[in-house]
Amino acid sequence: MDLMTSLMPASAEIFLLIMTCVILIADLLIKQSDRLATYVLVQFTLLSCALITVGTHENGVVYAFNNMFVDDLMADVLKLLTFLAVSMMLVYSRQYLIVRGLFSGEFMVLALFATLGMMVMISANHFLTLYLGLEVLSLSLYAMVALQRDSAVATEAAMKYFILGALASGLLLYGMSMLYGATGSLELGAVSNAIQSGAADKNLLVFGLVFVVSGLAFKLGVVPFHMWVPDVYHGAPTAMTMLIGSAPKLAAFAFVSRILVEGLQPLVQHWSGMLIILAVASMALGNFTAIAQTNLKRMFAYSTIAHMGFLLLGLLSGGIEGYGSAMFYAVVYVLMSLGAFGMIMLLSREGFEADNLDDFKGLNQRSPWLAFLMLLLMFSMAGVPPTVGFYAKFSVLNAVIQAGHLWLAVVAVLLSLIGAFYYLRIVKLMYFDAPESHAPIAAGSDTVLLMSVNGLGVLLLGLLPGALMSVCAVSVQQSLLLH
Amino acid sequence: MMNFETIVFYVFAALTVFAALRVITARNPVHAVLFLVLAFISSSGIWLLLEAEFLAITLVLVYVGAVMVLFLFVVMMLDINLVRLREDFWRWLPFGLALAGLMVFQMVWVLGSPATSAGKTAVRHAADYSNTKELGRLIYTDYVYPFEIAAVLLLVAMVAAIALTLRRRKDSKSQVVAEQVAVKKSDRLRIVKMRAESRE
Repeated sequence: MDLMTSLMPASAEIFLLIMTCVILIADLLIKQSDRLATYVLVQFTLLSCALITVGTHENGVVYAFNNMFVDDLMADVLKLLTFLAVSMMLVYSRQYLIVRGLFSGEFMVLALFATLGMMVMISANHFLTLYLGLEVLSLSLYAMVALQRDSAVATEAAMKYFILGALASGLLLYGMSMLYGATGSLELGAVSNAIQSGAADKNLLVFGLVFVVSGLAFKLGVVPFHMWVPDVYHGAPTAMTMLIGSAPKLAAFAFVSRILVEGLQPLVQHWSGMLIILAVASMALGNFTAIAQTNLKRMFAYSTIAHMGFLLLGLLSGGIEGYGSAMFYAVVYVLMSLGAFGMIMLLSREGFEADNLDDFKGLNQRSPWLAFLMLLLMFSMAGVPPTVGFYAKFSVLNAVIQAGHLWLAVVAVLLSLIGAFYYLRIVKLMYFDAPESHAPIAAGSDTVLLMSVNGLGVLLLGLLPGALMSVCAVSVQQSLLLH
Repeated sequence: MMNFETIVFYVFAALTVFAALRVITARNPVHAVLFLVLAFISSSGIWLLLEAEFLAITLVLVYVGAVMVLFLFVVMMLDINLVRLREDFWRWLPFGLALAGLMVFQMVWVLGSPATSAGKTAVRHAADYSNTKELGRLIYTDYVYPFEIAAVLLLVAMVAAIALTLRRRKDSKSQVVAEQVAVKKSDRLRIVKMRAESRE
């Protein structure tokens, strides 16, 4: 294919890369200590990328760069949501990082590089591009976690993240090389065809599949590959935790579904069994361990493990309902996690982190509006109607039952009920306990406004989930179920 | 009947496995690095056997020549406390060995089954076939997209390394050249007006 025709579908990626380099240089010339100009440039870049993504959207599936890059509806939807999530992360974390002296040009440039990595992952159609996108994302995140040099906890978290991440990349690469050995191709469609034709060696395929699924499980942070999640979520500055816990989950959904559904669909009976084990173990360990946590960031880390288990339930159910509900779940999870970590940063101030359960005691007396928004977010995470979390869980369970795993749905509901305990405990602390401190909440009006939109969005999407659900269903239908 | 090529392969393969094992068992970290060099060189020998000359030479030039030399410098400069490092070694050894043994057993079981080694023959190219040229052509045409992303990856690594290490320490005594150059006479020289003393 001609190179010029390849550049069009990837124009958002190219624009982002150019702007990141421009910002990297422009930041040297900016003298303000609050980095306002850099911040505005970054937000402008994300907005422009969103506009370019919408502008270059074409119906159907467009392959570019010798079938290494794919532009389809799912890619465009996930990219737009990624831009939104990164942009929201920057708004939430600006004040928090400024008072901690971390709001530097490097932080924003690394966030943009991470965004680029996510875009590459979302639009990858080749094991090479999948892997390289993942590495661009991971490397940026490792550096961002370590950016707070004087904090021993953050350095330790970065170290653990880096070493376990490298191990996971190694597993993933080893598995990919086995799949290449068996099928003779790295391109997802060709791999799928080679397996379908029966020419590929079955033993070698399953051997590679085990490593690929282990690598993916590591990156998703599901049991038994979850050890890094609590330490990294807890140790990293909250802004970085928010970045790790939000947009990359969208990219991870695209990554897992492209490898397993597009590339390895013929092996579905092998990998769906593995995913069942991972999902049940994650939901059980995540929900039970979260109860024992007193640190909110650690609690959310375990809750992430449980949520990722739920996401896998959707993936292993298959069909439009299964993949569509998994995508819906990923989007909803990102929205809720942005709100939850945003609230921690909103209540933090100079020299004080509001990341303990006790810090939320009596929030209703200090600020009824913020307490109400947190209530909505917690209800949504627990899956209480009418918030969107309920609908997300409901649609996944629906898909699981349709796929014929009734016992799995029962287990998932029971474990979610256990999980509801620690979410509702926060609601109880906010409304029925006396506040421990009466310090005024020093949040900017922009963050409070965004938090209001975020919290009410969770409620509104719960009342009217149809539009987002149909977008997800149509995307997966057009992107994943072609073969 | 083994031909010469097979014998060479087994020699290099055995050397690679031996060197890799010594990397993790050597007591002295400098020896471990040197064994890693040996592992690289013997695997580049295997690549030569596969007629991947360019990759074999690049492995020696880049990894042995540049990366491992840097590694060696870093290992020599770090003050590694070997005793503390090995404290838990014996305690965890049985556990690690059991796990490793289980994994090796599983791998051999899967890969050793007769279906896996079913006759696959490599494609032989003519003597004047240049795989350097072929690699160059592929990287800049078919693989230009991943090639560019790999370049971005290096840029990210560079930005990250600078962001993590370049910072002003309060206790460091360094010269600020710009301030030294921009110094004015009035900063250094204080002219004190004194009344001349009279003779008497």
